[in-house]
Amino acid sequence: MAANTPLLKVDHAGIRFGGLKAVSEVNLELRQGELVGLIGPNGAGKTTFFNLLTGVYVPTEGSISLAGEKLNGLAPYKITKKGISRTFQNIRLFNDLSVLDNVKIAYHSLAKHSILSSIFRLPPHFSGEREMEEKAIECLKIFKLDHVFDEQAKNLPYGQQRRLEIARALAASPKLLLLDEPAAGMNPQETAELMKLIALIRERFDLTILLIEHDMNLVMGVCERIYVLDHGQLIAEGTPEQIRNNPKVIEAYLGEEVS
Amino acid sequence: MKLGKHVKGFWLSIVLAVIFSIIIQFLISGGTLNSFYVNTLFSIGINIILAVSLHLIIGITGQFSIGHAGFLAIGAYISAIITMKLTLPFPVALLAGGASAAVAGLIIGIPTLRLRGDYLAIATLGFGEIMRIVFLNIDYVGGASGMTVTHLTTWPWLISCVLITIIVIVNFTNSTHGRACLAIRENEIAADAMGINTTYYKVMAFVIGAFFAGVAGGLHAHNFYIIQPANFGFLKSFDILILVVIGGLESMSGSVIAAILLTIISTFLSNYPEVRMVIYSLVLIVMMLFRPQGLMGTKEFTSFFKVGKSTKGGSQDGSKHTVA
Repeated sequence: MAANTPLLKVDHAGIRFGGLKAVSEVNLELRQGELVGLIGPNGAGKTTFFNLLTGVYVPTEGSISLAGEKLNGLAPYKITKKGISRTFQNIRLFNDLSVLDNVKIAYHSLAKHSILSSIFRLPPHFSGEREMEEKAIECLKIFKLDHVFDEQAKNLPYGQQRRLEIARALAASPKLLLLDEPAAGMNPQETAELMKLIALIRERFDLTILLIEHDMNLVMGVCERIYVLDHGQLIAEGTPEQIRNNPKVIEAYLGEEVS
Repeated sequence: MKLGKHVKGFWLSIVLAVIFSIIIQFLISGGTLNSFYVNTLFSIGINIILAVSLHLIIGITGQFSIGHAGFLAIGAYISAIITMKLTLPFPVALLAGGASAAVAGLIIGIPTLRLRGDYLAIATLGFGEIMRIVFLNIDYVGGASGMTVTHLTTWPWLISCVLITIIVIVNFTNSTHGRACLAIRENEIAADAMGINTTYYKVMAFVIGAFFAGVAGGLHAHNFYIIQPANFGFLKSFDILILVVIGGLESMSGSVIAAILLTIISTFLSNYPEVRMVIYSLVLIVMMLFRPQGLMGTKEFTSFFKVGKSTKGGSQDGSKHTVA
């Protein structure tokens, strides 16, 4: 990949559900290693935009490409294999499975052993499973979840569930990590810890991160650039300072000034 | 190390199972067990295979399929054709029965596994009925009066098939491929987002389950002297489903235990034909009232020997099992 090719390039992408344009004409570029925020009022189409990126929805217009490779119309699991991984706004863990299994499942696409070698318990099965287990434990250690590895995911406290979801997304070895409101429902202290954690994993795994968030402290604190979405369209883009003073953004959030 | 312990436990259970089956073999050939007990034992074995194979589809992968009797019928008829019409050996018949059921599973699975919940249940129910009607209308296999089959199912064949079924499905479940299936059961959208090819694994679980149901069909056909389409109606599918639900949807040992207990109950109740179905139904109702999560709930047999270790947990409230 040439140094100046953006990692993610979204070109005039959009989707309409019947007559409703949920997202339209979005242009967005992420360079390798950036941490970018995506904000907007409720119902602006932020999560829909994530669903476009991850293949849950197929864009009806425009194109999306990762490192120069077109992603339009690929199944979600294929997009994950290409290097985009996500968390969900409403936590979607594998509730009845253990914390360790949750993370192991994300390593599945890297598994080298076939179904037959597992059924007949051939050597590749054991080496493959051991490698997965070691990787998963290592991943849990980064998120300080290794002491609860045997717990069912649904029994974790809320903050840990959020962390586990990020751990799981990271285990899928992405180039681009999409975080959908990672701090939703967290108290200020937990949010501060999360900010540190996001900065840490970004350094350590050389990640590019796109994050949706309503907590403006978090967004303004960690993001280098911010995109603002309203009614399915990008209304602003820039540094946190520029966004804070952008009249269009203020209007979208607070409404027009009464004259 | 954890993995090493698993391997040891695995071989230990195999050795125990082989010793058990040799003892039974001596009891049978020595005449200690009369034919009534032997018949019950054979029914138990066949029901274990059916319950465990359906457990892979419903309990592990979470796909609510109620057409298992269709696969049983395919296995029974294909294997009967192979031994009776083509006069090939019994093991070939068993394999062919399993393979043809697996192919049917593949053909049925690809379109229907796009459906979810109730819709999938109805589609698979339809498949089971279609298979019954198909065999009813083929004169080559005797139509409604059925097909007579020689008795070829012996204890060694039966117990080996039971063991192979259990080993294959346990090994499949306790691997990354089984975890992929569990992930689909838990949350299909998240599984997809984690890079799991959900369609592939749903179809794979369906095909493996269908294969073993086909093998059970072969054993069934060569155990009961005659097979008729009426034996493979949707009530048969529900019988198998009941084994899985009573045993506990998320526990394979539960399926095995339920297969053993319910087969024994229904065999002994056959002495009282007037009240048989009434008592059987009452047992099921009482069971669902007092233990809606099934006999074993989410526990496996092996978890009784370990302290505080269980990889497969599950909800204890049972509310999500009401669909069954």
